[in-house]
Amino acid sequence: MNLPTLQAGAVTGYEWQASIWREDFPILRTQVHGKPLAYLDNAATTQKPLCVIEAEGDYYRNDNANIHRGIHALSQRATDAFESARVKVQQLINATSPNEIIFVRGTTEAINLVAQSYGRSRFKAGDEIIISTMEHHSNIVPWQILCEQTGAILRITPINDAGELELEAYARLLNQHTKLVAVTHVSNALGTITPVKSIIELAHAQHVPVLLDGAQAIAHLPVDVQALDCDFYAFSGHKLYGPTGVGVLYGKSALLNAMPPYQGGGDMIRSVSFEGTTYNTLPYKFEAGTPNIAGVIGLGAAIDYIDNIGFEALLAYEHALLSYATLSVMGIPGLHIIGNARSKTGILSFTLDGVHPHDIGTILDRQGVAIRTGHHCTMPLMERFGLSATARASFALYNTKADVDQLVLAIHQVQEVFGK
Amino acid sequence: MNDLRELYQEMIFDHYRQPRNFGQLSDANRKAEGYNPLCGDKVKLYLKVQDGVIHDAHFEGTGCAISTASASLMTESLKGKREAEALQLLDKFQSMVTGVATTEDLKKDDLGKLTVLAGVREFPERIKCATLAWHTMKAALESREQISEPVTTE
Repeated sequence: MNLPTLQAGAVTGYEWQASIWREDFPILRTQVHGKPLAYLDNAATTQKPLCVIEAEGDYYRNDNANIHRGIHALSQRATDAFESARVKVQQLINATSPNEIIFVRGTTEAINLVAQSYGRSRFKAGDEIIISTMEHHSNIVPWQILCEQTGAILRITPINDAGELELEAYARLLNQHTKLVAVTHVSNALGTITPVKSIIELAHAQHVPVLLDGAQAIAHLPVDVQALDCDFYAFSGHKLYGPTGVGVLYGKSALLNAMPPYQGGGDMIRSVSFEGTTYNTLPYKFEAGTPNIAGVIGLGAAIDYIDNIGFEALLAYEHALLSYATLSVMGIPGLHIIGNARSKTGILSFTLDGVHPHDIGTILDRQGVAIRTGHHCTMPLMERFGLSATARASFALYNTKADVDQLVLAIHQVQEVFGK
Repeated sequence: MNDLRELYQEMIFDHYRQPRNFGQLSDANRKAEGYNPLCGDKVKLYLKVQDGVIHDAHFEGTGCAISTASASLMTESLKGKREAEALQLLDKFQSMVTGVATTEDLKKDDLGKLTVLAGVREFPERIKCATLAWHTMKAALESREQISEPVTTE
């Protein structure tokens, strides 16, 4: 396998940083089954820093009102806080305008929005949509539904044994019938960073728009939608140290403007009569109904938190921690790492000979180590590797060497219980 | 560590590594599939039922130690049981692993070897692993020779 470039010892220099960041997350002081919590399920959801928890609480304590309509002071404050979070998202991903930032429930809703609004209004029988083997179900099923509705066809870009996307095979899949490419930026089950720049360039050469599923990337990589030139980018707040129930769809304004509304209701209209309705402008056209105001404000606080740390420090630390973790588990007899891409974020998927991942998860939990076990909502990917499930440890900025050491000890405990 | 030992008893490892009655049953007249969407565990159950009595029981599938051992032990305990008795056993087993049954109940219920799975009640997230095969058995008895839609633990 290709070893990460940083050596295990390199993590030490960053340890003090992580221990300071860790202090910002109250839940990490929790004990589980009498053991300190080693929270290594960050690909499922991240923990929240105090500033995010406080931002939601402060909103409900001081500013709670509906937005975009009230003439009173609270409504104005709530609207300002909500719209300033939109600007924070715009700056985080370097979108051209805040109007290109649509607030949704999460990555899943963002992808469904594109499928049903963009896809359903344009695609016809025989059109093709390209995804990859390592997509999350939320970047598979919305397209399958769209294919059933329109007669379009799903094409799958294969991956190699290391879990890397096969770019040449992808290039061969692109043809005059291709109407959209929808791929993940980072695989939630393997940690693979996909070659999004090349994917987009190849698609654009044939005038095909590209949607990136950024659910796993957003907290671990700097994202610049203008530099990438992606057409849509989707992510969830809760994987970025923000609240659940809020996410973002970025879309180029020319595309969003041409798309029909996704849902009808309040806030997305300009005027309504029984003879006909005119729709609101971007971004409100896609934000029917009262949104998750507290969630959006909490997401804004999470972005401020990440901004303060800076992606440079975060990237260096998470890379060093993944190297340390990879080297630490590699020596364990019978352990196999699933996903050995050259370019990876902090996800360590593995299997142990003779032990089902579900049993690993139970025993680790009793040692205070929280990981995810199962198919990670990527059943076609599991099938590609001939597996029904893996155990997955996934890291965030507050994880330390001590968490990794606790994981390794707990894996040894699994082997002890199973008499290996 | 103690509750882990309580969960993972020797007999469970034995049935996990060498499952009994594993494989298809060519003359089965009742079949069903079970599926746990949470973890992807699958079980196929084959029963040979004559005059209301289960004469043979086999299973196939992939799963964790708890679900495999539970399926293996279940096939052993079903042989010779009347259909109604098998369904009663399902109720008793479910009471045991969900922690509804008291110690007194367990003594009275006489679950035999199946009591090695009693440790599951301390692990609520594993109840579905232990009961998957049992729900599949109920579906098989109701199947009347056709494979119906897989039963799920959800």
